[in-house]
Amino acid sequence: MPSISLRVNGKSVRAEVEGRTLLVELLREKLALTGTHVGCDTSQCGACTVHVDGRSVKSCTMLAVEADGREVTTIEGLAGADGKLSPVQAAFAEHHGLQCGFCTPGMVMSATDLVRRNPGATEAQIREWLEGNLCRCTGYHNIVKAVKAAAQAGGK
Amino acid sequence: MAQGGIGSSVKRKEDARFLTGRGTYVDDIVRPGQTHAVFVRSPHAHAKIKAVKTAEALKAPGVVAVLTGADLAADKVGNLPAGWLIHSKDGTPMVEPGHMALVADKVRHVGDQVAVVVAETKDQAREAAALVEVDYEPLPAMVGLAQAIAPGAALVHDQAKANTCYDWHLGDKAATDAAFAKAHKVVTLDLVNNRLIPNAIEPRAAIGEFDRVTGDLTLYTTSQNPHLIRLLLSAFTMGVPEHKLRVVAPDVGGGFGSKIFHYAEEFVTLWAARRIGRPVKWTATRSEAFMSDAHGRDHVTHCELALDKEGRFLGLRERTLANMGAYLSQFAPSVPTYLHATLLAGCYTTPAIYSEVRAVFTNTVPVDAYRGAGRPEATYLIERLVDVAAREMGMDRVDIRRKNLIPKDKFPYQTPVALQYDSGDYQATLDAALKKADWAGFEKRRAEAKARGKLRGIGISTYVEACGIAPSAVVGALGGRVGLWESAHVRVHPTGSITIFTGAHSHGQSHETTFAQLAAEKLGVSTDQVEVVHGDTAKSAFAMGTYGSRSLAVGGTAIVNAIDKIIAKGKKIAAHLLEASEGDVDFKDGKFTVRGTDRAKAFGEVVLAAYIPHKYPANLEPGLEESAVYDPKNFTFPAGCHICEVEIDPDTGVTQVIAFTAVDDVGTVINPMVVEGQVHGGVAQGIGQALLEGAQYDDQGQLLSGSFLGYTMPRAGDLPSYQVGTEVTACTHNPLGVKGVGEVGAIGSPPAVIGAVCDAIGVRHIEMPATPERVWRAIRDAKKA
Repeated sequence: MPSISLRVNGKSVRAEVEGRTLLVELLREKLALTGTHVGCDTSQCGACTVHVDGRSVKSCTMLAVEADGREVTTIEGLAGADGKLSPVQAAFAEHHGLQCGFCTPGMVMSATDLVRRNPGATEAQIREWLEGNLCRCTGYHNIVKAVKAAAQAGGK
Repeated sequence: MAQGGIGSSVKRKEDARFLTGRGTYVDDIVRPGQTHAVFVRSPHAHAKIKAVKTAEALKAPGVVAVLTGADLAADKVGNLPAGWLIHSKDGTPMVEPGHMALVADKVRHVGDQVAVVVAETKDQAREAAALVEVDYEPLPAMVGLAQAIAPGAALVHDQAKANTCYDWHLGDKAATDAAFAKAHKVVTLDLVNNRLIPNAIEPRAAIGEFDRVTGDLTLYTTSQNPHLIRLLLSAFTMGVPEHKLRVVAPDVGGGFGSKIFHYAEEFVTLWAARRIGRPVKWTATRSEAFMSDAHGRDHVTHCELALDKEGRFLGLRERTLANMGAYLSQFAPSVPTYLHATLLAGCYTTPAIYSEVRAVFTNTVPVDAYRGAGRPEATYLIERLVDVAAREMGMDRVDIRRKNLIPKDKFPYQTPVALQYDSGDYQATLDAALKKADWAGFEKRRAEAKARGKLRGIGISTYVEACGIAPSAVVGALGGRVGLWESAHVRVHPTGSITIFTGAHSHGQSHETTFAQLAAEKLGVSTDQVEVVHGDTAKSAFAMGTYGSRSLAVGGTAIVNAIDKIIAKGKKIAAHLLEASEGDVDFKDGKFTVRGTDRAKAFGEVVLAAYIPHKYPANLEPGLEESAVYDPKNFTFPAGCHICEVEIDPDTGVTQVIAFTAVDDVGTVINPMVVEGQVHGGVAQGIGQALLEGAQYDDQGQLLSGSFLGYTMPRAGDLPSYQVGTEVTACTHNPLGVKGVGEVGAIGSPPAVIGAVCDAIGVRHIEMPATPERVWRAIRDAKKA
């Protein structure tokens, strides 16, 4: 089995993985980082979104071996060391951008990438960006509101 | 008002864990020694099983067991029950064919479970499942409703002649026919309420666990009602007494009805765990969810409305074919009957109504309750008829509604279809919505859109629904096989913090916050001091769970009643401490006071005295915790008005929802932020049904829309921001005056959207989902005509 080294949420990780192991399986099953969720098998729902080298990636679409030598951030690594929520996390709580919480980690990771890239994102741009993240609870209204607020607050 | 009490938009207590990845969903749980289950599912819609060969799979690496329907039969377990008995017009009971968790005789839909493979790893189970060889003899697939009831149709179940489960009716046929006979105008409409796939974003999952020492069984499962699952496991599928069974539904990622039912897979994990003596885990792939989660809606309806010269409704009648799918899911029989036809008065004074519903088995996934369950179907047919009536009578769509709304001074209002509405003000929600949506200014917006080459339309729906289910005696009289009360236990701890145990289950509804607000309001404590515990049969008392917008109206009432008992006991303690008579003690804002004096004891002091009873009433038990159960006296009746505005590109048929306004009366609002969120989500599902979603089978019974690639889920870019408002008339029969908000969005919205599309392109009716192709063809056909 190939051996890989990567950094996950700021910590060095070594793991033996099969060639077919997906990044999301490595995170959930080997590293017990269960905040990253699996909601489909066709790379449509975005519940598994994480950051690889700072960019949002659907972790069901990437092999674990492809993450060798790279920097991965999951929802567990987004808040500050003191537990302070990131601006996007805080905005989701403030604007009721989540209900059942299942799509939330992927939404937050995706939105975090957006507000870093485009802090002035308009509502239309936010809706277009979130095309790859499905939510069945909120009707997106409060998610969009939260992302907009986070963008205006300076993102991160 | 207490801080964080009723009416304040308290931020959610559940968010901290969900936002940091610390939620615990079933698939996140790992049990020691756990194995993994993968199901072998039918690729055929309808086929005899001639042989199931498991030898090769059993030899595969890591395989622990391969189990089939024959093993179930040998253990005499695994028959999934129906929870509601409907009688046909002629008095005969519905056909109840039974539903084995693993089928042995024949498969009845694509995805039907034939065998399960249990292995050390998920990959090993998946690989071995591919080695299970099933010999099938394909039979003709009965896919559509018309096909299934045609003479000579193949039978899904031999005992269901003409594939009919029941042929039921409700209402006064003679009176309705008489109303039609004297009508000035009769409007008729044929319509389809499209089959939907619920698609909660968390796929279903289960872990069964068996304790060899005690014989105890534990099931972790993605359920909206763990106690109901335990009851059904005990009384039907497993046959193990409740005290040896524990069902845990931890954080659950959305339900929308689809996680009410007792499913084959969760039973199989538990049964397999007992057989192998190790935990067995199963998590659905999304593809499995599409072919195994109960679907929703799927009605084909002919309906008619009789009107007098002035446009007053004289009578309504309908004939509906309702698709049950291949088996009877638990509450399927009730959905097109008592959750549908009883709503056919809507919010109007229609004096005579008659409904006939024939439930039909087909070779498709079972159909059951999905957000709204029967009430969206009723609302859609009423509101479409009203729009068509306005068109054909040359009346304004608002005027015709206004003329027929039940006036606010007519409550309680007895409908001709069994229900008695307790309260409402339908003109108020209509007026508020018209104003909020600027209905009066629409023609200007239409003209402006036209200048840009777009067709703009506006649609309206006024609706009422019945929820807060339900009085047990009424449900029993109508064929329900369960009671529908709810339980609560409120424990005040010695230093004043509070735990509320509820039988309701939160899978997005925010109960941990709103139920804490009830305690804050009543006891004058902060919501931070209150924790709500749910989802574990070992913790909360038996109760029926969450569906039918019942958690607050039924479960919340139980909580309030338990808190009232706490206050009553607190008054006794306070009276003793204050050396006053109990009758002179009041409780307000967290303080017990002696009327007419300045003597007082804080809630915390009284609580402490209850646990350290040094100075204490002689005949009172120490401690401070109380239980209550609440069986509602009636359904609750939320109502409202939804208005939708769309723009259509005539060249492509693409419809964009530009604005959506919802003004709902859901009774007393506990947390406005949460209520608005519930409306948003429901409206999104309604817009999804109207414009995007629809399960598609081919004529062989293959589910074409079997993944998110083929089934159009609403995405952020498909939806607008919504304008949401509330008007309040209190429910008259529960102490909080609450009605329920979970389903209103999905019930009220589809006809408003379709009304807007019809208005934009100038047609009488268009079927859901109004896809670009349908709209484009409708525009083209209208031009030809």
